[in-house]
Amino acid sequence: MLKTLGAQIKEFKKDSLITPVFMILEVIMEMIIPLMMASIIDKGVETGDMGHICRIGGLMIVAAVAGLVFGIMGGKYGARASTGFASNLRKAMFENIQTFSFANIDKYSTSGLVTRLTTDVTNMQNAYQMILRLCMRAPISLIIAMVMSFLISPRLASIYLFAVIILGVILGIIVTNATRHFSQVFPKYDDLNESVEENVSAIRVVKAYVREDYENQKFKKASGNIYSLFCRAENIVAWNSPVMSLAMYSCILLISWMGAKMIVGGSLTTGQLMSLMTYCMNILMNLMMVSMIFVMITMSLASARRIAEVLGEKTLLSNPENPVYEVADGSIEFRDVSFKYHTEAKEPVLKDINLKIAPGETIGILGGTGSAKSSLVNLISRLYDVTEGSLFVGGRNVKEYDLETLRNEVAVVLQNNVLFGGTILENLRWGKKDASLEECRRACKLACADEFIGKLPGGYETHIEQGGTNVSGGQRQRLCIARALLKQPKVLILDDSTSAVDTATDARIRKAFKEAIPGTTKLIIAQRISSICDADKIIIMDEGQVMGFGSHEELLKSSEIYREVYESQTAGSGDFDEKGEL
Amino acid sequence: MAEERKPKVNQGPGGRRAMGPKPAIKNPGKLFKRLMAYILKGYTPHCILVLVCIVVSVFASTQGTMFMRTLIDGYIAPMLDALASGEAAPDFSPLAAAIIKLACIYVLGILAAFAQARIMVLITQGVMRNLRNDMFEKMESLPIKYFDTHAHGDIMSMYTNDVDTLRQMVSQSIPQLISSAITVVTVLSYMFILSVPLTLVTLLMVTIMMVSAKKVGGLSSRFFLSQQIDIGAVNGYVEEMMNGQKVVKVFCHEDEAMEKFNELNDKLFDSAYHANMFANIMGPINAQLGNLSYVVCTVVGGLFALTGISGLTLGSLASFLNFNRSFNMPINQVSQQFNSIIMALAGAERIFRLLDEKPETDEGYVELVNAKEEADGSLTESEKRTGLWAWKHYHKSENTTTYQRLEGNVVFDHVDFGYNDEKIILHDVELYAKPGQKIAFVGATGAGKTTITNLINRFYDIQDGKIRYDGINVNKIKKADLRRSLGIVLQDTHLFTGTVMENIRYGKLDATDEEVKAAARLVNADGFIQRLPDGYQTRLTGDGANLSQGQRQLLAIARAAVADPPVLILDEATSSIDTRTERLVQKGMDALMEGRTTFVIAHRLSTVRNSNCIMVLEQGRVIERGTHDQLIAEKGKYYQLYTGNAVTA
Repeated sequence: MLKTLGAQIKEFKKDSLITPVFMILEVIMEMIIPLMMASIIDKGVETGDMGHICRIGGLMIVAAVAGLVFGIMGGKYGARASTGFASNLRKAMFENIQTFSFANIDKYSTSGLVTRLTTDVTNMQNAYQMILRLCMRAPISLIIAMVMSFLISPRLASIYLFAVIILGVILGIIVTNATRHFSQVFPKYDDLNESVEENVSAIRVVKAYVREDYENQKFKKASGNIYSLFCRAENIVAWNSPVMSLAMYSCILLISWMGAKMIVGGSLTTGQLMSLMTYCMNILMNLMMVSMIFVMITMSLASARRIAEVLGEKTLLSNPENPVYEVADGSIEFRDVSFKYHTEAKEPVLKDINLKIAPGETIGILGGTGSAKSSLVNLISRLYDVTEGSLFVGGRNVKEYDLETLRNEVAVVLQNNVLFGGTILENLRWGKKDASLEECRRACKLACADEFIGKLPGGYETHIEQGGTNVSGGQRQRLCIARALLKQPKVLILDDSTSAVDTATDARIRKAFKEAIPGTTKLIIAQRISSICDADKIIIMDEGQVMGFGSHEELLKSSEIYREVYESQTAGSGDFDEKGEL
Repeated sequence: MAEERKPKVNQGPGGRRAMGPKPAIKNPGKLFKRLMAYILKGYTPHCILVLVCIVVSVFASTQGTMFMRTLIDGYIAPMLDALASGEAAPDFSPLAAAIIKLACIYVLGILAAFAQARIMVLITQGVMRNLRNDMFEKMESLPIKYFDTHAHGDIMSMYTNDVDTLRQMVSQSIPQLISSAITVVTVLSYMFILSVPLTLVTLLMVTIMMVSAKKVGGLSSRFFLSQQIDIGAVNGYVEEMMNGQKVVKVFCHEDEAMEKFNELNDKLFDSAYHANMFANIMGPINAQLGNLSYVVCTVVGGLFALTGISGLTLGSLASFLNFNRSFNMPINQVSQQFNSIIMALAGAERIFRLLDEKPETDEGYVELVNAKEEADGSLTESEKRTGLWAWKHYHKSENTTTYQRLEGNVVFDHVDFGYNDEKIILHDVELYAKPGQKIAFVGATGAGKTTITNLINRFYDIQDGKIRYDGINVNKIKKADLRRSLGIVLQDTHLFTGTVMENIRYGKLDATDEEVKAAARLVNADGFIQRLPDGYQTRLTGDGANLSQGQRQLLAIARAAVADPPVLILDEATSSIDTRTERLVQKGMDALMEGRTTFVIAHRLSTVRNSNCIMVLEQGRVIERGTHDQLIAEKGKYYQLYTGNAVTA
């Protein structure tokens, strides 16, 4: 994991190495100052050597200024290294995600990927910066202060050593206990926020059933629970500051007592005692810092793991070695195709599919949820690879084609239509980068989108919000169809893409297809029987198998499922608007 | 139908927060005062205790520093002198006594530190709990309009981000601020006692420190602002792309996506680098200027001690030097806390804005009560649930109470409505539903079907006209009672985390298990529930993500069924669900509609045909009304829709 992440430091290696060096130099400068102070007191004040005071004083100023310069340099390079690292991480992740196949994408949730690219990277940036700047600084400053103390007086310094060990152990216990408690609290805390979210999105239900008080009670109970859990965890952390004070005060008292004795005994000077006191604060503070760094790093480990997971994900689909760049026609053939989403899955999603579709045919696909209609069509543009059997488009196995060529010739309008922030024209040009306004307009006319675009204040320049929230579901679907049409594909697949379009418009779209792009093979998945019953052939899917393949009339005779669906939709339980179609 | 309900998403006060810089706080002082008042509310004694503890710990630590002087001047120097003048073994007992005295003060300090930490936990967590509860309670009381005009993400971020930054402020920044202030004052006065000239030197250095901190801080905050903007841009783009990743693949748009991302990412790197750099520089500048101050004091103090100017002793110098350190530290800390305080205040402002929102108003006084019919046909109130409901109407002028049977008679009288006053989207709607009738709304998306149903239960109030329920103006009915008398099944189902049983029981909290099951049976939901792994006790999470769309809908119908309301508002699903479940859902809905006044946004032919009245809506106006046969005979819009003649001809 660390290796995967470390590889992303790249051009910031120099900054990453130089930062700790500057930090160490800064610490050394800081540590020298108390030592020089001792010299001023002992050799200057006590002996009355004014020159010595000024000389050492000058040196001290030089040390402080040098420390300042080193500190600034450390800060600068540390910032560069950590933000650069973060930037590289983001870039590497985004780049890798772009290579993901559908199967890879399915593994992660959208919000999961967003968190990894945002919050997790920020966590890493902070952790990395801390490692570079403090991880070196705190322990080294501790060690130097300790060494200096030993140089002054091994006897007194051993008190520090003793205090550090004891305090270290206690802090360790506090930290491990606290992290254990916190790791229990945080999931609960997430639950609480989730229930808020639930309430926000279901507010109409809450209000409709007048359940405000009930929800308030429920929430109060949950937040009360969180309160006591947090209190328990925080109470452990509360030991930190008194324990710290205890250690520091004990040291001061002991040093005062023993130091006084030693001074009187002649084995210590007053100046040295004063330096020791300064080092005492330094040592204990830095110990505290070390324990804090430890906590922060353990906390960021989870983020590191999540990022490494994305970086380490290998795409499951890749281009063949000598790809074919030409799709001959829109014929499709499934030969003994079986398909599983995960190789470990027991039951295949699609079983023994054998289908032959001629170029230019219009094929309807009907089936209940979970009957694997979408899975079937997703194989055609090789969004997933078949598990068994083979699939041919234009007479060649799909695995032989260049992926981009195949996907440009086999256009899919996905079930979850997405539009992107930008103008309508920009969105349409996803289908063809250099499409002229005329081309776009033609595609929109085919998809019956031109009529509503014309009514929009900005026409084709109208800005679409992220996710297309400012157009209605039906409008969004029509824009998505137009976008796919711009590819001028040999095969067009509509995966339930007109569900929000009213039946009249739906019929017009199909009619336009028939007239304007007769050569394109069209596969239409729909729930409404009216959307597909005039297709050349209809595929009936049920639980991953083809249960019927033929024209409307044939299926009415041969397929019981088809007949049942047909009757249920025409006997008064179909969609109201569609009556005219039957 | 989303755009129908959400007239102006993202234009609320929070806006798309991630995208823009944090708005400047208008009145930080007032805000801080309000926050303190909120903390003090209920925790005044705790806060006073904490204050006492802080004073004690500061006292203990300054006493320790002052002890240096006593130690050196009072004990070591005299003993050294005594030794020099040839006296015998020095007497350590006074020193021992002094150290024991200091030890006692230290113990007090440690106890105070411990007490402070413990009480602070109580205060912090308590305030956070109260805040969350207040926010939630407030949120529940807000009108639907609030939720329709504020992005849900923004509301959520108040509970997560804003509360968290506020917690940090309450638990760390504020106590540190107080303790720093006390330390600074105490230390400063001790320093003045020890040496006035050295104190002036120290103050001079601190001034330089603060001025430079302000300079660097200003630069830093400028870059932080642009970093914030760039983060927003990157996050927004990432979110959009991750949502559309499959579309990116289908359109082979990877390179373009990468290109745009790199551009945004590079910009973020640039601003993040500068922002972090200045933040990092702040530390060393403060620390080293502190060191410089220390050095200058050492040299000047050394010279003073040597020449005896201003009577500075060696011990005083030792204490002073330590004070110099403890004087710089709090100033350092405060300047470091500054940024987080500003951020927390911005969060506090948003939270208080939520708490200040006006709750849903309700000036209704007509109540819904259980009633029983007396022998003479008059109605009286009943304690028990009788299945017979009555509107309890209190007449103030005559001081009498009348009861009126709840029947389900709904009338719209020249109703105009718009989500805001400028844009009226329902025009002059007339509607009358007799008890037990079924009214179907038909029309294209955006025609205003959902809006009408939002008005009956007063999710929104109308601009003009009147809505009467059993002859009573709905404004006069208590909102809670009005809504209790109406059952709603929304098109997009929302379920809650909990068991299936709990979810159905949501319709009637005191329903027995048997009642819940009966309701489920009535609407055809019992079958699939039985087949779930734990039956009625199956836990649902994440809005019922483990159920199919149709199953979720069945649960929502069962929930309405157990509430058993006299009037029903149904939004039929258009979303594609598999045919088998769809048939179950339809049967469930039909069973529920039986014998109730029903308003249904209809998509199914059977629903429409069986309705007593069909309202055809177009652009917020009722353009046709009548029964199926009447409308067919009229050969208008309905006829067009029904026969599809305008389309296929």
